[in-house]
Amino acid sequence: MTALAMDLATVSAPDLAALELATLQQRVAQFLYLEARLADTHDYDGWEALWTDDAIYWVPANGEDIDPEMQMSVLYDNRSRIGVRIRQLKTGRRHTQTPRSELARLISNIEITDVRANEVDVRANVLIYEDNLRGDTLWAARNSYRLRMVEGAFRLVRKKIALVNNHKPIYTLSFLV
Amino acid sequence: MPHAAVSEAAETRDYRALIEPARINSRLYYDPDIFQEELERIWYRTWVYVGHTSEIPNKNDYVTKSIGPMPVLMVRDKDGEVRLLLNKCPHRGNQLCAYQKGNRTSFTCPYHSWTFSNTGELMGYALPDGYEGQDKKGLNLGKVPRIAIYRGFVFGSMAEDGPSIEEHLGGAKAALDQLLDNSPTGELELTAGFLQHRTKANWKFMLENETDGYHPGFVHGSVFQVTSSGIGSLYGADSTALTRDYGNGHTEFDLRPEWRKHDKPLQWFGTSPERLPEYVKAMNAAYGSERARQIMIDGSPHVMIFPNLFIAEIQIFVLQPIAVDETIQHVTAVQFKGAPDINRRLRQQTMGSVGPAGLLLADDTEMYERNHRGAKILDPEWLVLTRGLHRERRDESGFRIAHSTDETPQRGIWRHYLNLMNKAR
Repeated sequence: MTALAMDLATVSAPDLAALELATLQQRVAQFLYLEARLADTHDYDGWEALWTDDAIYWVPANGEDIDPEMQMSVLYDNRSRIGVRIRQLKTGRRHTQTPRSELARLISNIEITDVRANEVDVRANVLIYEDNLRGDTLWAARNSYRLRMVEGAFRLVRKKIALVNNHKPIYTLSFLV
Repeated sequence: MPHAAVSEAAETRDYRALIEPARINSRLYYDPDIFQEELERIWYRTWVYVGHTSEIPNKNDYVTKSIGPMPVLMVRDKDGEVRLLLNKCPHRGNQLCAYQKGNRTSFTCPYHSWTFSNTGELMGYALPDGYEGQDKKGLNLGKVPRIAIYRGFVFGSMAEDGPSIEEHLGGAKAALDQLLDNSPTGELELTAGFLQHRTKANWKFMLENETDGYHPGFVHGSVFQVTSSGIGSLYGADSTALTRDYGNGHTEFDLRPEWRKHDKPLQWFGTSPERLPEYVKAMNAAYGSERARQIMIDGSPHVMIFPNLFIAEIQIFVLQPIAVDETIQHVTAVQFKGAPDINRRLRQQTMGSVGPAGLLLADDTEMYERNHRGAKILDPEWLVLTRGLHRERRDESGFRIAHSTDETPQRGIWRHYLNLMNKAR
C-alpha cells in the first residue's frame, strides 16, 4: 500500500455523518480502488488485512436476494473461511490460481446508500477482465459494501458481489472477487 | 458436417479400436462426431438422472432440468403425478417455458398463444377458426418416453424400451439406500438450490474423476495443508478404503472400511454426536440406537451413477454435457428431511468446497480443462489405466474392487461405455 493511498483511505473525522458528502464519496472511492488493486495484484495479505472480524464475503447464486443461510451461494465466507481461502492461495498449490489469473477491474457508479456514525453502506458496479489458461472471461457485478471506520481507517465488514448472470452456469471463480 | 455423413461414420466406427481393457484413445474426449454418437447411444437412450421429487413438492410445481444438452420440464401435474415434458411447442418449435421454475397449471407459448396443460395436452390455440375441421390430437407436448422414480430420484430414458431402472442401477442401488439411511425420515429434501459450474472440458473427465482416488492427495493437497481435514489419509498408500466397479458404468469409493476401523459416529462428516444433538436424537428415534450408530459410523456414500448422478457424501452433482468440450456441473447440498442441524452444516460445507469458487472443485475443474487441452495433443495417443491391475479382486457380491487409489472404476466405466457405443454394430 502506498503512503498516498493509505492517506486517502484514512478519515480523521470522528463521525462519518458529519463529513461533507463530496469528501466522504472521495474517501469511499479511494478505499474501493485500494481493495480492487490488492485483489487484482494478488496481494493476499494486504487484502485479508482489510476485513473486520465479523466479515461476510458473499457471492450469491440464483438471484441477488436469496437467503444465504438457507440457499446455496457461490461463496459465503465468514472471517475464518476467508482466512482458509487466503492460506490455500498462499500454498502455491491452489492449481486454479497457478499460474494466477491476470486481472483488471473497473469500479463505477459508486453510490453511498447509508451513513451512520462509524459505518457507511455503498453500492457500485464492477467489471472484471480475467485472463487465464482457459482464455478470457468478463465478469459483471452489482456490488454492495459495508465499510467501518476502525482506528481512523476504513475496513471491510461486508462485501456482496451480485454477478449479473448468477442464475446461469459460470466458469471457475477462484481469484479474489 | 451433414447429418448423413455422421450417420455413415456411426455405422462403421468400431469403438474397440479406441478402447482397450486398460488403455483408451485420447480421441474419445475431443472428437465432435463421437460426442454426437454419445448423444444418440448414451444420453438419448439409457437412464439419465433428471431431478428429485422434493424439487417439485406441490401440485403444479415445475422445474427446468435436462437430459444431456436438451432441456426437460420436470412437472408435478394437477393430479400430483411427476411428468417429464419436452420444452418445445409442437406448432413451430418455439421454446415454450423460459423460466427455471414455478407453479402453474398450464403453459402458453408466447409465439402464437397455443396453450398446454401441465400434463402436456394441447388445451387450445388462438384464433381457432383457422383450424376448422382439424383434430387437436397428436399436437401435445413431447415427453420423455420412460420415467422411473427410485426413492425420490427421478430418471428418464428417451428410449421407448430397454432395461428397467432396477436392472440399470444394479448393485449401485445399495449406495442410494445408504445415502437415504442417513436421513432420520429416509427422505431427502433438495431445497437449497443448485450451483452451476461451467467447464471447458469433455464430460467424461468428470465421470472418471469422481471416483479417482489417486488424485486427491495432489490436486487437493493445498486444502489438506491448510485445514484439519482428515480426508487426505483416505487416499494414502495405507488406506483400507476401496474402489468398486458396480457394473453398468456405476462406480464408487467405499470408505466404510476406514470409518469402521475408527468406529466413531459422524467422523465421516468431520464432526461428532455432541455437535449435532438434534440429528442424533432423530436418528436414534428412527432406527434404534444400535442401528443409528452403525449408520452414523458408515456415513454417506461416494458413488457415481452412470452417466450423470454423482453423490459425493454431502453433495449431489448432476453432470450435463453441452458440447464435446463443454460440461456443466450442477451441484447442491444433500439435505435430509427432518434434520435441520445437520442440514445447516451440510450447506456450509458444500458452499465452502464445491461450485465455481469451491476450495476443492475449482481445482478439480482446473484439471478437467487441462485434461481436455492435453487430450488434443497428438502424441501419445493412448492414455493409461493400468493402476492396480495386479491387486484387483472381487467382493462377496462379485463386483470388482481394489485399493482406494486404483483405476478399477475407470476401467469399469470404459467397459460399459464400449458396450453402449458398440451396441448398434
